[in-house]
Amino acid sequence: MRKIIYCLTAIMLLAGSSVSAETLQLEGSTTVGPIADAFAEYFKSIYPDLQITVKKTGSGDGAAALVDGRCDIANMSRFMKAKEFEKAVTNGIFPVAHVVAMDGVCVVVHPSNPVKKLTKAQVRDIYMGKVRNWSQVGGANMPIVVVSRDTSSGTYETFHGLVMEKKEMAPHVEYVNANPQAHARVRTTRGAIGYVGLGFVDSSVKALEIDGIMPSRKTIASGVYPVTRPLYMFTNGYPKLGSMIHKFCTFYLTERGQELVEEKGFVPLTNY
Amino acid sequence: MSQRKLNIALEPAAAKYRPLALTPSEDLKGYIASHLGRAILFFITCSSVLAVLLIFFFVIREAFGFLTHFSLLEFLTKTGWYPEAQEPKFGALALIAGSVYVTVASLFFSVPVGILAAVFLSDIVSFKIRGFVKPVIELLAAIPSVAYGFFAVLVLAPFMQKKLGFPTGTNALNASVILAVMALPTIISVAEDSISALGRELREASYSLGATRMETIFGVVIPAAHSGIIAAVVLGMMRAIGETMVVWMASGNASQIPHPWWDISQSVRTMTATIAGDMGETVKGSDHYSALFSVGVMLLIMTFFLNLVSEYFLTRAKKALGK
Repeated sequence: MRKIIYCLTAIMLLAGSSVSAETLQLEGSTTVGPIADAFAEYFKSIYPDLQITVKKTGSGDGAAALVDGRCDIANMSRFMKAKEFEKAVTNGIFPVAHVVAMDGVCVVVHPSNPVKKLTKAQVRDIYMGKVRNWSQVGGANMPIVVVSRDTSSGTYETFHGLVMEKKEMAPHVEYVNANPQAHARVRTTRGAIGYVGLGFVDSSVKALEIDGIMPSRKTIASGVYPVTRPLYMFTNGYPKLGSMIHKFCTFYLTERGQELVEEKGFVPLTNY
Repeated sequence: MSQRKLNIALEPAAAKYRPLALTPSEDLKGYIASHLGRAILFFITCSSVLAVLLIFFFVIREAFGFLTHFSLLEFLTKTGWYPEAQEPKFGALALIAGSVYVTVASLFFSVPVGILAAVFLSDIVSFKIRGFVKPVIELLAAIPSVAYGFFAVLVLAPFMQKKLGFPTGTNALNASVILAVMALPTIISVAEDSISALGRELREASYSLGATRMETIFGVVIPAAHSGIIAAVVLGMMRAIGETMVVWMASGNASQIPHPWWDISQSVRTMTATIAGDMGETVKGSDHYSALFSVGVMLLIMTFFLNLVSEYFLTRAKKALGK
């Protein structure tokens, strides 16, 4: 009886180590995550032995993972901060950015809200707490429920940099931790205002015109929409030519890659 | 009595049994074995105690950098929590206040319900029903907190917005209600145990003096079990204050102290949600990192203190029963 148990244990342990397939680890942004997922699915269909894992824990987490050597590619919706870069170089990691798509951070409100457009300054005033009621910006007499992404998010960084101009948000601003949550809050709260990536704008929330420009594929790809940002994949140095990482990071240049980016609601870089 | 043949081969006794006098090597082996065994078990027990002490040590060590660079007074008395700004501000008062708000409000809902349920289970309902209901209540404690969090965000928040007319459904009230439901099994279990442990004699004595059922329950039983009940409440409080997932999803995470202080329909942020929300992105070793660990130290101090209080009351309860 004991011999059987020993044999079974040995078999189970060996079974784990018998997977000698190639692995690709991606970690980082919840915005870039869906693109990485789509690429990963396509790659798995061509290379069945390839094991790709995509973790979506936030751009900051992705940078930390790349710096620690825990992942091959870091998905980030913002560029690496100076501190992260310095830490990477001290650890012997030399981050190289690949821009795989463009994203617009869209300011959204509940579909029942009559407000259709705001200026950047008005949005800034709302998030700084100077404007507390929708009637002050041409809406109904309702208090504004302000929703923001938490500070570890790349979407927050972009919004903070381009719209808030690095000013502090008011204390009553609510924080949620991912794009789907922000979408859910705005969808269910009549007086809410929030911001999500273009990929998360659908018919259940209403995107506002900012400074007279509606976020759409054209305005974002050309950079006309004021709150546009590139989406990055960072690797350690330029990936070895012909390696799986290199193929993954240059996939966005192919027609299939651009189609996948578009399917996810982002804006491909070239007019394929 | 039927005659049976004994099939056992009789052997000399000395071959089967151990001699009473041990040889020196056997003696030494026995001595080493017993002391080694004791040492190993002691070591294993120590390692669990050591684990707890090491947690304290590491958290305080990581927080040390912050506490030496920034003023503790500003940390405890200011409300601006902007750790990633150009000039970082670490005012944790709103976070501490948020934790306190959510815990106290949850106790407000869970203590009356919990104690009355405990009284009902121990004094009023039959043993059969009690034997069925108590495990079901303890099952409530096994529901993962993220499931509660989902319920709070997807069901309770819209309900609060539509039916109660609050501008935002993710607020202190939402988090408090869910925390009350989470703390209930603990409170009911411990309170019920301490009320049942009082024994029949106490109640029989009260009835024999002519007291009604209500007078017995509220005048005799509950006061007699007060140490155990307080311990139950403190344990429930510990559960509420340490809960992370639910408050992160349901409280709205606005680092503010509600404007008229009694308005719990406004969004608050707790210490636990701050640590969970910010920890992922902070660069290791930065000021933000140490500040989060300082918030962790505050949390550890509060729960440690509550733990001591509950231990004190539990020992008092046991002593009172032992008399």
